[in-house]
Amino acid sequence: MDTFKSLIVILLSSVFVNNYVLTRFLGICPFLGVSKKLNSATGMGIAVTFVMVLATAVTWPIQNYILGEEYSYLQTIVFILVIASLVQFIEMALKKFIPSLHKALGVYLPLITTNCAVLGVTLNNLTETSITTGANFTYIESLVNSLGVGLGFLLAMVLFSGMRQKIQESEIPESFKGLPATLIAASFISLAFFGFGGIVENIFK
Amino acid sequence: MKKNGSLYTLLKGLLLENPVFVLVLGTCPTLAMTKDLISALGMGLAATAVLICSNIVISILGKFIPDSVRIPCYIVVIAGFVTLVQMLIHAYVPDVYEMLGVFLPLITVNCIILGRAEMFAAKNNVGKSALDGLGMGLGFTLALLSIAIIREPFGAGTFAGMDIPFLKDHTIAFLAQAPGGFLVYGIMIAVVYKLTHGKAPYKKEFSCDNCPSAALCNKSACKAKEEN
Repeated sequence: MDTFKSLIVILLSSVFVNNYVLTRFLGICPFLGVSKKLNSATGMGIAVTFVMVLATAVTWPIQNYILGEEYSYLQTIVFILVIASLVQFIEMALKKFIPSLHKALGVYLPLITTNCAVLGVTLNNLTETSITTGANFTYIESLVNSLGVGLGFLLAMVLFSGMRQKIQESEIPESFKGLPATLIAASFISLAFFGFGGIVENIFK
Repeated sequence: MKKNGSLYTLLKGLLLENPVFVLVLGTCPTLAMTKDLISALGMGLAATAVLICSNIVISILGKFIPDSVRIPCYIVVIAGFVTLVQMLIHAYVPDVYEMLGVFLPLITVNCIILGRAEMFAAKNNVGKSALDGLGMGLGFTLALLSIAIIREPFGAGTFAGMDIPFLKDHTIAFLAQAPGGFLVYGIMIAVVYKLTHGKAPYKKEFSCDNCPSAALCNKSACKAKEEN
């Protein structure tokens, strides 16, 4: 029961409190670039979640069983290569076996290779500690954390795409049109997410 | 100033083609590392070092790398230099290493570096690529500092870690936190747009033109975006 509780805490806190886009500034490029329309925002969010969980599933054992302490300086190079080839592999596999899913997500997959949120979550999973046990994340906890981060990304994308449609209809001073207005809108939504701080840890007490 | 002279290559990164404010690349470290001046400077200089080295190596190797596998090759070169810089910073300035945290290895996927490799270093000679790397790196550093110089004194009441008498008691805490980053960055882009009006190849929207990943996806994501 306790492990289950700690998994829920990890999941909720990575979705709301430590939202990667809005409070940690990882994965800003797709957040600003692909959030114009609801469909593409959802597609990108799901693709990122999918790749994050799979990337963690592969990189966590690599770090803990192959690289270890001794070769941990190879982390950056190994992880980026593993993620890049994994994304390529997923794209080919989807194309062959689930063409309908490939049609929906395929276009976003290559963009994810150089997405810092994916590399960031795999690196963070190795150093972060669980709130309830205080130890480094286990394999299951890492997977749940990646799932939560992906869902948080999806949530931020969907909320923000709604906000951007409102911006397009409003009157904005010439210099602020386009990107500056988008960033200021992102600032508001990030302010809203601040309200979640501290909630999750206390719910389960 | 001559459009293709070496002075222009060096200076264009500072304002006219500033990677942060005009090309809008490398947004993640820009937002995350501008809370205080020290980490902004550390981030800027680390990225500059990687950028110069990777530009030099990629402009030398450019002719030998087959076109179809160039992006993975560039990423490996960049990741190698990032590891090098990471180890140097860890050894000599451990405080800065702690501050930069996960964003130090994430220089690997910083779009500025891959973007310059793809847009400039692969097509130009070694000397010019090094100058371009230096100019772009300095432009990145200056942009980070110009955001940090607003966020740190008003958000935390300090200047590079030293207390400022009056501001210390009257801080605008939200500037030092995540929302303030978005806000100040947005305002700065608007200011640069006003200053360089008509001269800079200003991006009104986030587009595929400067995205280094565009080569990977053949701009398919952007096309899908427009069709929707």
